[in-house]
Amino acid sequence: MDITLFKMAYDYRDFFLTGLQYTLLLAVLGVFFGFILGIIISLLRMSKWGVLRFLATAWVEFLRGTPMLVQLFLIHYGLATFGIEFTPIQSGAITLSINSSAYLAEIFRAGIQGVDRGQMEAARSLGMKQGMTMRHIILPQALKSVLPAIGNEFITIIKESSIISFIGVTDLMFQARTVTTISYDGMTPLVIIAFMYFVLTFTLSKILGRLERRLNTDDRR
Amino acid sequence: MIAVKNLQKNYGKLEILKGIDLEIHKGEVVVVIGPSGSGKSTFLRCLNLLEQPTGGEITFEGQSITSKKHDINITREKMGMVFQQFNLFPHKTVLQNITLAPIKVKKQQQAEADKFAMELLKTVGLEDKKDAYPAQLSGGQKQRIAIARALAMQPHVMLFDEPTSALDPEMVGEVLEVMKKLAEDGMTMVIVTHEMGFAREVGDRILFMDGGVIVEQGTPAQVFGNPQHVRTQDFLSKVL
Repeated sequence: MDITLFKMAYDYRDFFLTGLQYTLLLAVLGVFFGFILGIIISLLRMSKWGVLRFLATAWVEFLRGTPMLVQLFLIHYGLATFGIEFTPIQSGAITLSINSSAYLAEIFRAGIQGVDRGQMEAARSLGMKQGMTMRHIILPQALKSVLPAIGNEFITIIKESSIISFIGVTDLMFQARTVTTISYDGMTPLVIIAFMYFVLTFTLSKILGRLERRLNTDDRR
Repeated sequence: MIAVKNLQKNYGKLEILKGIDLEIHKGEVVVVIGPSGSGKSTFLRCLNLLEQPTGGEITFEGQSITSKKHDINITREKMGMVFQQFNLFPHKTVLQNITLAPIKVKKQQQAEADKFAMELLKTVGLEDKKDAYPAQLSGGQKQRIAIARALAMQPHVMLFDEPTSALDPEMVGEVLEVMKKLAEDGMTMVIVTHEMGFAREVGDRILFMDGGVIVEQGTPAQVFGNPQHVRTQDFLSKVL
């Protein structure tokens, strides 16, 4: 078993490396756009305009309340019936981004609301505008306090990206099945990619842990 | 310099300010005293619209700041504020705390802002703390930095919201000392405080507030020495 494991990992390395490449690509896109979108959605949820608040809340509730696989199929196959066609990579990136944006928006909102009110007041009293205050005072503090939760979400994105194999993106999951088809081995490829996923998420969690410690040197309160 | 006409503030049915009329002149040091819940802080926070008044009008240097068209950010640049809880930015160094607004709002150059910040730090006696983070400072030091931060915008008036109430007793003096120096330099100041000795010494005019109105006002000698109103007498007998 252990011999087959290494032998298979080596023999089919091109498959696994291609898979790794796509998994990483999708995860990075999902994290990046999910992060930006998440900040926007969380700000909209705290907007003074009721309509914007409603739309942002609906966005969050819908994306949290439906399976990501359904969302993926809606975007990839559903929209295609209206003539809006995406490549599998695009559909995957969009699904991961909007899905994680919903979770991240909630995390950001908690973080922003957790920043002491006095911070906003102090900045505004100095003549800083709302947006400026958000960018320089509130968001840096909010992000720091929710960093562990953000890290969790990033790890989730890496793992959940495996569902995009359903629409034919050659990510790790897809490649594992390809190798199974070629080699008639249903077990070993899965063990290999499980290990690869783990290395990715574990590395990320270590990096975030280090970042967290570095940010904490600022203000030991 | 500041004129307040019939200022009102309600939270729902709760009336905090029930019609305040007041004029504050350039160079004047106005000290607001009164029991907790009398509306002193709310009044002060209305002056730079941290609280939105429900009625009445405030004019600052001839402009109505309560009118809908007015951009309050411009007025706030000229009105410094110091808070009870300091509210320093914990993720920024002392120097960054002071220079942030001048650079971002007034578009000052970094070097210019740094230079002025160092002068201010000298004034408040904390030059050596320029690279420290707020968490490394004592309460009194934090408040002195907060004053320097407000002064960095070169305000025309300074608002103090119970600046020494959150301090350990031994640190009150150093903050009051800075404020006194500021008053002597001719800064227009509105101070909400429980420090009666300081009010008497530094104030040009004392306002006694209770129940959302100004009950009595006058020079320190008048208000402390010969209070006219029963509520003032009652309050002073408790705190002095």
